[in-house]
Amino acid sequence: MNKTMTLADAVDRYIKDGDHISIGGFTINRNPMAAVYEIIRQGRRDLHLYAHSNGQGMDELVGAGCVAKLEIAYGGSGRFASTCIRFKKAVQEGTIAVEDYSNYQMSLRFLAGAMGVPFLPTRSGLGTDIITRWGFPRSMRKADAKLPDQKLCVIDNPFKGHTDARKVVLVPAIHTDVTIIHVQKADCHGTARIKGLPFVDVEQAKAATHLIVTCEELVAPEELRDNPDLNQIPPFIVDAVVHIPHGAYPTACYGHYDYDPVFLKHYAGLAKNETSYRTYIDDHIRSSASHAEFLQKAAGDRLDAIKADPSTGYARNLDRR
Amino acid sequence: MDYTPKEMMTIAAARTIRNGDIVFCGTGISMIAAMAAKHISAPESVIFFETGAIDSHLEEVPLAVADPRVMYRTAVNGSLLDAFGTMQNRTTGKRVVGILGAAQIDPYGNLNSTVIGDYASPRVRFSGSGGAADVASFVSRTIIFMQHEKRKFVPQVDYVTSPGWLSGGDARRRAGLCEGGPYLVITNMAVMGFDDSDHRMFLKTVYPGVQVADVVNHTGFDIDISRVAPTPPPSAEELRILRNVCDPQKLILG
Repeated sequence: MNKTMTLADAVDRYIKDGDHISIGGFTINRNPMAAVYEIIRQGRRDLHLYAHSNGQGMDELVGAGCVAKLEIAYGGSGRFASTCIRFKKAVQEGTIAVEDYSNYQMSLRFLAGAMGVPFLPTRSGLGTDIITRWGFPRSMRKADAKLPDQKLCVIDNPFKGHTDARKVVLVPAIHTDVTIIHVQKADCHGTARIKGLPFVDVEQAKAATHLIVTCEELVAPEELRDNPDLNQIPPFIVDAVVHIPHGAYPTACYGHYDYDPVFLKHYAGLAKNETSYRTYIDDHIRSSASHAEFLQKAAGDRLDAIKADPSTGYARNLDRR
Repeated sequence: MDYTPKEMMTIAAARTIRNGDIVFCGTGISMIAAMAAKHISAPESVIFFETGAIDSHLEEVPLAVADPRVMYRTAVNGSLLDAFGTMQNRTTGKRVVGILGAAQIDPYGNLNSTVIGDYASPRVRFSGSGGAADVASFVSRTIIFMQHEKRKFVPQVDYVTSPGWLSGGDARRRAGLCEGGPYLVITNMAVMGFDDSDHRMFLKTVYPGVQVADVVNHTGFDIDISRVAPTPPPSAEELRILRNVCDPQKLILG
């Protein structure tokens, strides 16, 4: 079955207002940014976003007003924003509801969803306010059938033998309506290959009802099947395949291009001011008909400068000051 | 010889890394400290990142733990589940040294990187845990980088993001956490340790040119100064490695 379609069609078909979604990538790497911009362009509202450390993509979705509820471990973009600026503003002004977890807890929650178990145990976070303080009150949890009734749960270790572990934290599974990941290679059926660190993309993909895969290169099925050991995503979990070069820009895509330090710095400046940020969303995102047009405005002639060196996977000696 | 407090902090941390340690790094000077240690005292130490990159070959300084530079010529490019599993694992976790930072720290090394003010309506919101709570829960030794300011060294943090020695004594064990805990706090003025029995912070060494009274004045709680000694200044060789080998572009140390 050929699952290729345009980005506009994929977002229109699979992402509805109020959906529970997650995006792949980590801080300034391999976020599905083209899809993030398309969600903003189509004006999705009231989304429930699950994130571990989805820096740039998370910040732009929050900044554009698409997100009502956020479950997150880390809202930062490396040296470009130690705390993502629109995220910080939204939490301080109370315009989004936020629930804090750790990165491992969020990763395990996606894994639990992928495995089909209601929870997984860990020793992470015992004794902390991550366990005692809830961002989503019980009433909100009760009102939303998609949410577990508790944030986390601490129990005594029911097994003897693992002697020093007296207690464990149970983290509830995540099931998203839609997950979007950006990969280096995919075929028209949905088989996909990630190069470099996969982060939690594979578990996020498997914890979703619908999966949108955007890719740098759309390749023939034979090419992926020649080296199946390198593939991570099986075709039957994929709903849409979208070929979108530079689909992770301004974040990096290992082996293809680096993050754009000039744009990320520029973004941080724009995000600090209400007027300049609104203008950015209108001029760069909403009024661009496609990702190619966004790239023209945001990157200009810098796409050459951030092109990855094939021997390292990143742009050597890129000026990142 | 001239050097900055940042360089002193980085070298103080690098010196504590032992050969064979597995070093969990965040962004910023913790990465430079781990890189420096490999060149100074611990050539067999392994740098790894929560994103899953194990034994990265760092030819250039990464600006985030997901920077593509951490993925180059690693032993294994794993996932977050692998990285945290390595720390929670009862065999490998004992060999891991974690380097963390925070907005606030209390006398028992509990860290806040989430909010200032009330959690429900915070005055200031920070990034949140990321992997910090995981690292602090799992590994045998954590080194904490802080700026030495009264508002950051507080009797009680506004939100416990990452567990230190909790309320001291054996509270950590009682809570069910892994063995070990905060080991050193390294600031722009001094190095602090934690008492072996009550696990309260004490002043261990002060940097050349810093007075003990200055450190006390910059600390928002009572701190034991009876064990203090001078911190040996950076050597010419340590500085050369830091400046010429680890961060020639001054991306972190500049």
